[in-house]
Amino acid sequence: MNIPPSISTLLIGIVLTLVSIWYGQNHHLLPSQASEEALLIDNLFNAMMTIGTGLFLLVIGVILFSAIRFRQKAGDRTDGPPVHGNIPLEILWTAIPSVIVLGISIYSFEIYNQIGGLNPMDHHAMAHASEVRSVPGSALAATLEAPPRENLNQQIQEEAIRDPATAAVRNETIPQLKDAPERGVTSGRIGPTPDKVGKLPEYAINVTGLQYAWIFTYPDTGVVSGELHVPVGREIRLDITANDVLHAFWVPEFRLKQDAIPGRQSELRFTPSKPGTYPVICAELCGAYHGAMKTTVIAETPEDFNTWLKSQQVANQEENLKTIALQPTEPSTEDFLAPYVAQMGIPAEAIQQISDPHQSYPMSGHMASLHSAS
Amino acid sequence: MTQAQLQTEANFEAHGDRPKVTHWREYFGFSTDHKVIGIQYLVTTFIFYLVGGALATAVRTELATPEVDFVSREVYNQLFTVHATVMIFLWIVPAGTGGFGNYLIPLMIGARDMAFPRLNAIAFWMIPPGGILLLSSFLVGAPAAGWTSYPPLSIITDKAGEMIWILSVLILGTSSILGGVNFLVTMWKMRTPGMGLNQMPLFCWAMLATSALILISTPVLAGALILLAFDIVAGTAFFNPTGGGDPIVYQHMFWFYSHPAVYIMILPIFGMISEIISTHSRKPIFGYKAIAYSSIAISFLGLIVWAHHMFTSGTPPWLRMFFMFTTMVIAVPTGIKVFSWLATMWGGKIRLNSAMLFAMGFVSMFVIGGNSGVMVAAVPFDIHVHDTYFIVAHLHYVLFGGSVFGLYSGFYHWFPKMTGRMMNETWGIVHFIMNLVGFNLAFMPMHKLGLMGMNRRIAEYDPKYATLNLICSIGAYILAFSTIPFIVNAAWSWLAGPKAGDNPWQSLTLEWMTTSPPPVENFETDPVLAIGPYDYGTIDDYDSFYRSLISGNGNGAVTADVPFSDPGDPTTSAGPDSTLRAKPDPSVAVHPGDRQDDQGNGSA
Repeated sequence: MNIPPSISTLLIGIVLTLVSIWYGQNHHLLPSQASEEALLIDNLFNAMMTIGTGLFLLVIGVILFSAIRFRQKAGDRTDGPPVHGNIPLEILWTAIPSVIVLGISIYSFEIYNQIGGLNPMDHHAMAHASEVRSVPGSALAATLEAPPRENLNQQIQEEAIRDPATAAVRNETIPQLKDAPERGVTSGRIGPTPDKVGKLPEYAINVTGLQYAWIFTYPDTGVVSGELHVPVGREIRLDITANDVLHAFWVPEFRLKQDAIPGRQSELRFTPSKPGTYPVICAELCGAYHGAMKTTVIAETPEDFNTWLKSQQVANQEENLKTIALQPTEPSTEDFLAPYVAQMGIPAEAIQQISDPHQSYPMSGHMASLHSAS
Repeated sequence: MTQAQLQTEANFEAHGDRPKVTHWREYFGFSTDHKVIGIQYLVTTFIFYLVGGALATAVRTELATPEVDFVSREVYNQLFTVHATVMIFLWIVPAGTGGFGNYLIPLMIGARDMAFPRLNAIAFWMIPPGGILLLSSFLVGAPAAGWTSYPPLSIITDKAGEMIWILSVLILGTSSILGGVNFLVTMWKMRTPGMGLNQMPLFCWAMLATSALILISTPVLAGALILLAFDIVAGTAFFNPTGGGDPIVYQHMFWFYSHPAVYIMILPIFGMISEIISTHSRKPIFGYKAIAYSSIAISFLGLIVWAHHMFTSGTPPWLRMFFMFTTMVIAVPTGIKVFSWLATMWGGKIRLNSAMLFAMGFVSMFVIGGNSGVMVAAVPFDIHVHDTYFIVAHLHYVLFGGSVFGLYSGFYHWFPKMTGRMMNETWGIVHFIMNLVGFNLAFMPMHKLGLMGMNRRIAEYDPKYATLNLICSIGAYILAFSTIPFIVNAAWSWLAGPKAGDNPWQSLTLEWMTTSPPPVENFETDPVLAIGPYDYGTIDDYDSFYRSLISGNGNGAVTADVPFSDPGDPTTSAGPDSTLRAKPDPSVAVHPGDRQDDQGNGSA
């Protein structure tokens, strides 16, 4: 059979395209999608995977074909044809990749906008005033008649530690980095999706990373948890910072990651979409036990979530009453946190270190004992 | 007569007649001969490659099972930190620039040595102490904060090891800067008369771009490391947040060097691959000028993409978007190179020897690394995969599938020139197959691991990843064993291989126009480009063919296979009259068409 070259090229092109498109949709490389953002990000990955597969097959195909078809025959000492280059062809294979990367850039920009990457300061700039709540027993509130936006990291930190539970777990001795005014906002955030701009997130949770655990505090409830519980279908805001070294909060099923940085406040806003239990992983090297710094996020129905929150509060109040009965003075951090130690899966010594900044390092000894215990 | 014979004949006078016999003691001394220094670099860095490889094998042994069982967590962190530092600062950077750069650049441009021979020797002799210093840190507790050494972790853990790491990298960086200055001056001032910039071999163009990158970016790393050292030993707070410092500033300064470092590691390889593919396809390099200038474009763009390593650090949105775009744009000049290499192979007469197999392996593997590179440049996707095994896979496809395959290709290609003897082809092919199989087994599954949720730099992992990790570890062992056929082959061939002759590959560049190994000062007189560096090609009657160029008739037979080509018009022609071609020296050109056409030879 004698097929003209143009037809066979066309056929190969069609097959290549079809295979790429099929693989771009059926690669099974990603975990399940458990947030609304994950769907968008996966679409972007699938598109890039399609293009990448096509390009890879093209290059490999040309190399293998050349190696077989254009191999020098034994005994042939002559050279190939003197083809030195061709400007229109060079322009073609400059223009096509340019268009492709421009397309991917625009698509990525669009996805980034949709997951809220371009609305970084929304919650703090627009909704700050309404968020000021008075916390019983907090003398700090009076001093918080905000100095106007001069140090945003400081403001967010102060707002977070107005919650006594958060204050107990956060290292307050780290000075908060000054944000530059206007454009130079220097802390990472994924803000609200465009349809939620200007609205308050339905749940704000403070996240504190420390060697080697995540601590989640639910403002106004006194709830401290080593596991993250979130209600499905509601927008969550995580206010993230670290006590000692860099950590990174990552939930693969949410496709979201944000570094926790001592002295800076970062933020993730997202909407969990699928009930389930997913891993929370520290993705930034934070010391010897980096690989063990894991916990879970439990996305549950709002009813289950509220039940969980209530049960935590009740347990909390009982513990508090006990503590106060024993110690009429203000409870120390260790005493305050002691009841939660077991459920957080961190050793009691670690809690002492949090409250005593001079004794923060090295922690490996303590953690080694923890590990052998577990 | 073939083109190679014509080039050789024209360089009859330049051809040395006494190949240099290097006494083995000279390799251990302060030699100022660039050829000795080049081989010193290559052998030293290869030894460090074996050290880095041993560390990698230890890392993969630990990761073969989900539990922490082979080494402690602390030691595991030290292993991968030193592995990366050795592979980058003691193997790929000095082997590509110092090793091949030193050996080849003076020969390729027809010079007698480097511009500053003593500086050259000093640059080399900083490598062994720097390397030994780094490895000695295992005695006091090696650095364990990753090769990125991000504060605050690097400030508080293993201070002694961390200080040794800083000192060692400063020494190696200084060596790299000294080399960069030397290459720039050599290429700028010492090209043989008649060789303009647009006639330099493509490896020289690549080294030009690399040297510029070294000079611009390495001092910034030095600055960052010195400040980090102050934070560690003097209690300053440049990067230490407890004193009000900013750890993110360190990341900016670190990546301002360390992203360009990727191009410092890959650009010389791009140059070598261009030489090798053209020679062994017996065809002119397709689009000489496009490849040459794309190196410069990569060099420039490489300086403005660093923050793509920091998309999940505290980076503001506009910064993320800017760096996403610049990063993606780099795919364009890189694509030009890849497509040009493919077009060079297409229709050639390919010799599938070890050098060419590694070059083809390089292009195939690098395309995977390049594709995943564009993917991780996309901010929303990078937020998912940053600091995961997807990144580990990506960087190894670029630096192992890319740089190391390219370095091996270079070893096989220039070994006959360096030693005067041929390497064994059968063992070369065994080496290639073991490398290709081992490499893909070791690193392909890591893409999936990262996407599924396995983070990097961990000694223990979720048991559900056990199978894929075991495959990776098996691949790593195959890679480790693959070095054995290479070492045995190289050592045996160096001592007792068949004699290579001056130009075993019938190449046209000037390093092949002298003896193997070359004499003390390379050439007796200035060599000449009677034939352009890539003017391969068989035409029945040269003179009538080249005369037809002048008369504008072109040669339909030559350009028939190239789309869009018009033989009569230099801008669209695909033949020897194409404006993209590197032309010979017009005053001595063999073919009359080249002799009279002295346009476009703009010597700088």
